[in-house]
Amino acid sequence: MSLIAVVTIFILAIFVGLEVISKVPQTLHTPLMSATNAIHGVVVVGGLFVLGHADSMGMKLLGTAAVLFGTLNVVGGFVVTDRMLEMFKTRKRGDK
Amino acid sequence: MNPEALRDWIDVGYLVAAGSFIMALKLMNTPSKARHGNWVAMGGMAIALIATLLSPGMGNWEWIIGAVLVGTVIGAVSARKIEMTAIPQMVALLNGLGGGAVALIALFEFMDQTNKGITPDVVQSVTTVLSAIIGSISFSGSLIAFGKLQEILPGRPIAFKGQQIFNLILVIAMLGLALAILAFGHPTLVLFLSLLGAALVLGVTGITPIGGADMPVVISLLNSFTGCAAGLAGFVLSNNALLIGGGLVGASGLILTLLMCTAMNRSLGNVLFGAVGAVTSGGGSASALAGKQPKSYTPEDVAILLNNANSVVIVPGYGMAVAQAQHQVKELADKLAHLGVDVKYAIHPVAGRMPGHMNVLLAEADVPYEQLYELEQINPLFPETDVVLVIGANDVVNPAARYDKTSPIYGMPILDVDKARTVVVLKRSMNPGFAGVENELFLMDNTVMAFGSAKTTVSKISAALDAI
Repeated sequence: MSLIAVVTIFILAIFVGLEVISKVPQTLHTPLMSATNAIHGVVVVGGLFVLGHADSMGMKLLGTAAVLFGTLNVVGGFVVTDRMLEMFKTRKRGDK
Repeated sequence: MNPEALRDWIDVGYLVAAGSFIMALKLMNTPSKARHGNWVAMGGMAIALIATLLSPGMGNWEWIIGAVLVGTVIGAVSARKIEMTAIPQMVALLNGLGGGAVALIALFEFMDQTNKGITPDVVQSVTTVLSAIIGSISFSGSLIAFGKLQEILPGRPIAFKGQQIFNLILVIAMLGLALAILAFGHPTLVLFLSLLGAALVLGVTGITPIGGADMPVVISLLNSFTGCAAGLAGFVLSNNALLIGGGLVGASGLILTLLMCTAMNRSLGNVLFGAVGAVTSGGGSASALAGKQPKSYTPEDVAILLNNANSVVIVPGYGMAVAQAQHQVKELADKLAHLGVDVKYAIHPVAGRMPGHMNVLLAEADVPYEQLYELEQINPLFPETDVVLVIGANDVVNPAARYDKTSPIYGMPILDVDKARTVVVLKRSMNPGFAGVENELFLMDNTVMAFGSAKTTVSKISAALDAI
């Protein structure tokens, strides 16, 4: 990818990120933080990529640690977020 | 499929993933759609992972499968098992791991380039160094935040003399190291590792002076940091999923952090450098009440008080959450409602340990949504309230926040419970709250204390109410 293409994508992503969070009710601050936390776990993609191309034992260990950390971040993050939001659903049933 | 077409399909996969992340965050702005939003993000993540595994030239499958399997099992099981009260520290820990992953990837890329004798271009070098720095700060900083919330470390600010200057020197040293790495054609591993080490230390010394009560803001900020670091790793690896996912979280995390600061009526700078709670005395204001002893009530006394009340407002705090008393509280509230008492819950924006945390805990106990009142709605109602039941809350009901400029929590919006006819405070002891500030509310004439664990006390009040 050309440098300018990469920079363009990154800058536009930042602008979208600034716009996408608007008037969030306070109730959703915690779940939203937790969800964005899970989304940055997308680094696991980078971890997989480097581990997939590692050629020595040291590099394999380094890559494995990165994949392990990233996987924990993604899986733990999404499951915790879902548990929180599940509670809100119970509350809605109580409304009726 | 020829490799060219495969590459295109992989990029399409990343595009779909990035699109789902954006959609997910949008959906999560609305309570009714939030859970779907999370599922959309999960789907996007799955697509990104599959696309990566399909990319050409991948090997070491036994390592990949092993790491993903172990990470998935540990991540899913611990996220399922964890108590809802411990969610803030869980998020802190997971965020730290994400930051750690970025730092490891940066180290990997650096070593790989050195081993193969490749001289990376300027942008690659700069982004590698930056993602290593930010990832490391996020890693060690999040672990400190985790330690404070888990109460492995003391919640009060830990600072040594000249810490700010020490941190400044550390930043300058890091800049020097970074420049040295960028300037040398063939930088050494020692330089890079020193840089990682300095960033790790900065994460620790930057976060320890911040009080435990401010950890949610810190976690949110470090969350944004990890996002930025992941985006920078996207530069290093020329990967769209990382670029977009990282940039998105970096920016939205920052907005969320500022929203949280607004909820506490603080500026971000004040949170990070204010060293709130470093002074544990509540200022001179409590002197009027100095030497006064709190009035102590038995659960039976409280039951009689509640029985005679027409309106009761319950103020739940972290103490209630820790004691897992939300179900007992709900039971008591139902009994009171049955007796014809008007029951409301007052939810402070930062009740619990994160904005919205208390709502999650009460929802878990099936407390009806219409009984929950936010700060602006409930404050005008306190003067007409007969009894306020403060259950394990402290700093959010401290009147000093309204007038005492010397108090570390001055300016934070509080629940004006002291304006009610009677305030009953359920508390384990007279110890100060998470922010480490004394609370004069406990000594006021219209306040009575009921000491003990929230769960036991509330159960006893319930039982006594039955006996009346």
